[in-house]
Amino acid sequence: MFGLTIEQIAFIFRGAGWTIVLSLLGFVGGTILGLPVALARASRRRSLRTGSGLFVQLVQGIPLPVIMFVVYFGISIGGYDVPALVAAGIAMTLYSSAYLGEIWRGCIQAVPKTQWEAGECLALTNTQRFVFVILPQALRIAVPPTVGFLVQIVKNTSYAVVIGFFDLTYSAKVINNSTFMPFTVFTLAALIYFAICFPMSVLARRFERRLSRS
Amino acid sequence: MNIAASPQRATEIQNMTRSDTPLVRFQGVRKSFGELEVLKGIDLEVKSGEVVALIGRSGSGKSTALRCVNGLERINAGELTVCGRTLHDGKVDLRDLRQDVGIVFQSYNLFPHLTVEQNVTLAPRKVHRIGAKEARELSDQVLAQVGLSDKAKNYPEQLSGGQQQRVAIARSLAMRPKLILFDEVTSALDPELTGEVLRVIAKLAAEGMTMMLVTHEMAFARSVADQIVFMHQGRIWESGKGDMLEDPQTPELRQFVGNGL
Ligand SMILES: Nc1ncnc2c1ncn2[C@@H]1O[C@H](COP(=O)(O)OP(=O)(O)OP(=O)(O)O)[C@@H](O)[C@H]1O
Ligand SMILES: [Mg+2]
Repeated sequence: MFGLTIEQIAFIFRGAGWTIVLSLLGFVGGTILGLPVALARASRRRSLRTGSGLFVQLVQGIPLPVIMFVVYFGISIGGYDVPALVAAGIAMTLYSSAYLGEIWRGCIQAVPKTQWEAGECLALTNTQRFVFVILPQALRIAVPPTVGFLVQIVKNTSYAVVIGFFDLTYSAKVINNSTFMPFTVFTLAALIYFAICFPMSVLARRFERRLSRS
Repeated sequence: MNIAASPQRATEIQNMTRSDTPLVRFQGVRKSFGELEVLKGIDLEVKSGEVVALIGRSGSGKSTALRCVNGLERINAGELTVCGRTLHDGKVDLRDLRQDVGIVFQSYNLFPHLTVEQNVTLAPRKVHRIGAKEARELSDQVLAQVGLSDKAKNYPEQLSGGQQQRVAIARSLAMRPKLILFDEVTSALDPELTGEVLRVIAKLAAEGMTMMLVTHEMAFARSVADQIVFMHQGRIWESGKGDMLEDPQTPELRQFVGNGL
């Protein structure tokens, strides 16, 4: 097919599988770390706001491939030899948590202040107000931008190629090296990336429309 | 469930409680926001079962006075006692206070993601820890009080403004407060919806609920309030029974009433 053997195409798809794995790692890790980042950013306590703000600024101020290098070589300097998947997973977690944290902070703060006040006047505790009043409303607002950011995560996993992680970009490069058909090979890779990302974009837009209607 | 139109009961409650120490007592209360002094020494008493209406121009400090009562604003000087708790010494447990003092806002502030029933029962369930069955009964009861028994399963956005405000009142009632504060609760409503909310408030007043209400509805204030308080520039300029509106003692109230009616 297009001058590629079935084996070669299968090889590229195997890479695509690892792209999805890394994306999931990045999203799950980013959620676990991003939630406390969002809470800290929206906190009333200044020290928490500054600390988490610094983290966000730091991560957002460094190109993702450099974060990959720093994590990968940082760990190996410490004397540990970790698989590229672990290093890439950590880097993606840091990267997504900073962005998701900011997105979610915005969602928490988009819930009107009067909702906090209404909860306060009903004698709810701070935690109760957050869990039962603010969070459910923030979550609804958060769905479209979060799904939208998933697309960024998937695309940006391709930077893991710099530390030799075997993903879609990497496998395409390998096949290209042996076939010298860069246009065919990378067009195929592009189509696969698109096939993964497009449904999510559509989903994000649909959520957004539904939200703006209600 | 309708204890509404029972004048005997209302009188009973009044006779029973009116002589007691006041539920709310302002003594020389002052409140500033930065440089701006908004309350300049307020003295006011609200007895149990009494309805006090606060009137006055925009910016005269009515909302601020009300918000001090449930601790949303902290006073800077003077003494403020609410339901047996002192609010001026910084020792009050606000969550404890707010179980006794409800408040209803101009903008309803219902929880949009919860049904009417869930709105009404959230706080009783979480704060008073009542069970699901009890919560349902409570919801039925307070919704009946505001005439919205058939709306329990609706979401706030499915209701008219007047209905939403009645849900907000029911939500407050569900905490079984000793005192409810109303801050211009009909100001966001179309004239035709104002009446249904005022009727609910008048009914609560007749049942003996203690209330402080900020309102621009002069006719309403005159008919339900035991005491009308006219605020001007952070002070109580004039106060008295409903008929004080007919015979203003100060030019400021005369002008205010003249414009308002
Ligand atoms: N949180 C705040 N910070 C700073 N200034 C405030 C705050 N709340 C109220 N003020 C100011 O205090 C003054 C009195 O406000 P308040 O809301 O008590 O007036 P009001 O009598 O309720 O008026 P209205 O009829 O417009 O509601 C106003 O000048 C207002 O701008
Ligand atoms: Mg006001």
